[in-house]
Formats: sequence, structure tokens, C-alpha cells
Amino acid sequence: MAVQLLINIFIGVIWMFLSENYSFGSYVSGFIVGIGLIYLLNRYIPDEFYFLKVWAIIKLIFLFIKELILANFDVLKWIYKPKMNFRPGIIALPIDLKTNWEINLLANLITLTPGTLSVDISRDQRFIYIHAIDLPDTNETIHSIKETFEKAIIEVTR
Amino acid sequence: MCSLTEIVISIFLILGTFVVFSGTLGVLRFPDVYSRLHAATKSATLGVSGILIGSFLFFLFVQDLVSGKLLLGIVFVLLTAPVGGHMISRAAYRSGVPLSEKTIQDELNSERDYY
Repeated sequence: MAVQLLINIFIGVIWMFLSENYSFGSYVSGFIVGIGLIYLLNRYIPDEFYFLKVWAIIKLIFLFIKELILANFDVLKWIYKPKMNFRPGIIALPIDLKTNWEINLLANLITLTPGTLSVDISRDQRFIYIHAIDLPDTNETIHSIKETFEKAIIEVTR
Repeated sequence: MCSLTEIVISIFLILGTFVVFSGTLGVLRFPDVYSRLHAATKSATLGVSGILIGSFLFFLFVQDLVSGKLLLGIVFVLLTAPVGGHMISRAAYRSGVPLSEKTIQDELNSERDYY
């Protein structure tokens, strides 16, 4: 991954020097040419094609924006309801993520999407405790978080 | 004078302000710390990013200025708001702030022995 990125940056610089046009635009076009070259020559360079990772990161960002907007209306609904008959609760979400970095990312994403708030992480780092503002079905809440965010994070980091 | 860009900018600004206003209302109306934090952290993210996007578009189209600072502002709000929410709720739980009586389930209770 790091090697491929370095090669790609280097191709961008070479492209800039060959075209004798030292601007940001020519560097970007060289970088794009480099992505194509690395894709074609991927067999000779160690590791997987790194742009797949970048694509996974972009997908995670868009997934996050979608969830942020959709779920915001959920909280708005509770704020403007005259009767506050929601049922909050703290649930334990079992996680398959291993490193601190992944858990950190997941906890932050959970807090940023409305309806859920990460309260604590268990000692052995196997559970994230989530405060949900409305809990009609515990299993369904856990399932939806595991299906969307955890899957996308695993795609980025592994 | 009422061009399309002005309408789009106004929509972003009004939506952002509306979300921030609703967040404040939620802080006042919700029953306990944890559900209030729901309202506080969310309005800080979506509302402020709406307002910042609106002002970014204003500088871009009206003054022909690409303002990277405004975009960086969105990134930093998105980075800091969840950390703040997480730390406040964790500190509240560890110092024993009670959950509201509407709460139906508390699985974190089993970890209380460690504190």
C-alpha cells in the first residue's frame, strides 16, 4: 500500500517534469496516469491495487453522510413530538474489530449518527456500550450497525 | 434580485439554523443527560456543517473565493463533536448520574464493579 502510493506520487512528479508545466493541475493529471499505470502493472508490484482501499474509504464517507442526514430526521421527530413516549436504553454491541484505531473509528461513527451514542467500551474491548434513544428491538439495532458501519470499516482496514 | 445560487445558499443556511434550533430545544425537553447529549452532538454536527456549507457557497459564487478554512471547519467539527459526546456520557455514567425512569434496559450495569 505505502510502496504503491510512493510510486504513484513519483509518477506524478515525473509527469510534471516531462510536460515542463509545474502546476498543481499537471501534477494531478500525472497522478491519474499513475493510477492507471499501477493498475496495469499490478502483477509486478507487491500488495493489492491500493486504489481499491481509497474507493472503500470514499464509500464509507458517503455511507456516513447518508446515515447522518437520514437519522437526523429521526431525532428531530422525537424533539417535536408533544408526548415523549420513547424508550431509551443502554445495549452492548459485540464487535469483531481488533485494533484500537478501528474501535475508535466505529465509536465515533456511532456517536455521530443520531439515535445512538457510544457510552463506554468494555475492558476486554469486545463490546461497545451504546445508549439508544428509542429501542423497539435490540437485535435489530445491533444488526443494522454491524451490517452498515462495521462492514464498511473492515473493508477499509483489511 | 433573486438568483438560483442565492436560493440554494439560503436553503443551506435555513436548514442549518433549523437543526441547531431543534438541537437546543431537544436539550431542554429530553429527560436525562444521555438523551440530551443525543440532541446536543447532532445539532453541532449537521447544523454547523449546513451553515458552513452555505457560507462556503456564498464565498465561492458571490465573491469568487475558494475558502478552504470553512471546509476544514466542517472536518474539525466532525472530528471533535463525537469525542466530546462520548467523554461527557462516559464521565456521567461513571460518576453515577441516573438514567431516566423511561429507560427499559441497562447492559452497562454489569461493568459497574470495575469503576
